[in-house]
Amino acid sequence: MFAVRSATAVARPGRLVLRGLSTSAPVLSAQLKKTPLYDLNVKNGAKMVPFAGWDMPLSFGDVGQTTAHKHVREAAGLFDVSHMLQHEFSGAGAQDFLLSLTPSSLDKLPEHGSSLSVLLNKDGGIIDDTIITKHAADGSKWYVVTNAGRSDEDVAHIKEQLAEWTKANPDKPVKWEMLEGWGLVALQGPKSAAVLQALTDVDLSKIKFGQSVFAEVGKDKVRCHIARGGYTGEDGFEISIPPASAVSVTEQIMANTDVMLIGLGARDSLRLEAGMCLYGHDLDETISPIEAGLTWLVGKDRRTEGSFPGSSRIINEIANGPSRRRVGFEIKGAPAREGSKIFDAEGKKEIGVITSGIPSPTLGVNVAMGYIKNGQHKKGTKVKVEVRKKLRDAEVKPMPFVPAKYYK
Amino acid sequence: MYALRAIARPATAALRAPRMAPRFAAMRFLSTRYTEEHEWVTFDPATKVGTIGITDYAQKALGDVVFVELPAEGTEVEAGESIGAVESVKAASDIYAPVSGTVEAINELLGDQPGLLNKSPTQDGWLAKIKLSDEAQFNVLLNEAEYKTLCEGQ
Repeated sequence: MFAVRSATAVARPGRLVLRGLSTSAPVLSAQLKKTPLYDLNVKNGAKMVPFAGWDMPLSFGDVGQTTAHKHVREAAGLFDVSHMLQHEFSGAGAQDFLLSLTPSSLDKLPEHGSSLSVLLNKDGGIIDDTIITKHAADGSKWYVVTNAGRSDEDVAHIKEQLAEWTKANPDKPVKWEMLEGWGLVALQGPKSAAVLQALTDVDLSKIKFGQSVFAEVGKDKVRCHIARGGYTGEDGFEISIPPASAVSVTEQIMANTDVMLIGLGARDSLRLEAGMCLYGHDLDETISPIEAGLTWLVGKDRRTEGSFPGSSRIINEIANGPSRRRVGFEIKGAPAREGSKIFDAEGKKEIGVITSGIPSPTLGVNVAMGYIKNGQHKKGTKVKVEVRKKLRDAEVKPMPFVPAKYYK
Repeated sequence: MYALRAIARPATAALRAPRMAPRFAAMRFLSTRYTEEHEWVTFDPATKVGTIGITDYAQKALGDVVFVELPAEGTEVEAGESIGAVESVKAASDIYAPVSGTVEAINELLGDQPGLLNKSPTQDGWLAKIKLSDEAQFNVLLNEAEYKTLCEGQ
């Protein structure tokens, strides 16, 4: 027991510790940052763990990960994701500045439309994945959410790029703010819309997946930013709440008996079933969006040399194929975890590595994602995956493993 | 009426029987020890067989167990060697042989009911029976008080 290997959790003697998104140095619990919902989490029986420099709920009470996971798929779950970094960019140069950081056609987004995108380094590697929302039709106002575990790298990168931008484009100023102390909760699952609709007058049936709205929420009519989407593959919302009202609005959502508080454990198994990447595991600075299977977020009208960081590599990979590709796997027998080696069907040649894997609570089979050599990536390809020194039969599977149920 | 009583009496006697079980001589010598890896071993000196499993502390930390991998019967194992794994949704955890010996039996029920490790980690959720090659290895494992202290410190 307790040499626990996993994508997201490692047991040190007697204590489960989440790793991955966090920076390298171990952090004492006194140094961990607390979200505005920390006390509320603890009061509701959260088992707190260090995650990306924050003290975060892994699970609540005696509710097991499988139960929590299924509750989100069948009803509604509420996740504290206030550790994620919320940014606002505004000004005449905001749109062009964001275009200079990412390969997405952000200028084509409708007002209050959002898209998954990536911050790229000069070699076309992914510094972070991010959701970018346009808040003004003329591109002068943006809302951006990045990963907690990448905040040091993201902030340093944006700071450096913005300094260069300002020097080169004095006529196109950009104002950059980070929302400190704000609440960010994700309400996910088929009952999410009914739960949230009871707390706001804005007609949520008009807000489709990938759209957002500012709405008054709850008895005190607090103005919140509501974005339809999430990290589970279910219908749902991410609600950004001003600091003073974070607890009260969250409590009002929780008060609905269909809603269960859900920790990081089930968040990981839900996103994996939905085929979504977790930075630090499925994505890193060497991996391009083409390798990661995210070619769709590279705008068709942006595929020209010099149009974004690392464009020559990325355009070449789109044309000629990357050397490796992120794909899904189903593994017979034991679940494969991060680091499991992938071999060809004969078990002779190493052709890739698993980056995340779980026994799927929804499907009852072992699912995983990982990087495999280009050419072996087609669905149905038989491979072997090594788990505990034994080669297990596996097959390349399309993702998502559990079909998405977005409101479109 | 009398016929009914005749049937009832032996039944009552049968019910009492289990209460006498702890008095059986062999039972007195079964003892349980623990490892720092949160496994337990119950050793029977009469047969030299140790039954192994994971502790309640371990099952709580792991969460819902969904898969258990165990060594084949007849496998020779060395103390400290990884002989299988317990998998929950969130993590895989090695099973280490707490003692050296030969695997005499494995708990086949865990194939269909891995949840037994959560429901009954120290009884129905036992993992394997190992015939010890060196009894002394059992005696150096932690006793209950020492194991309790270990858990409290973590």
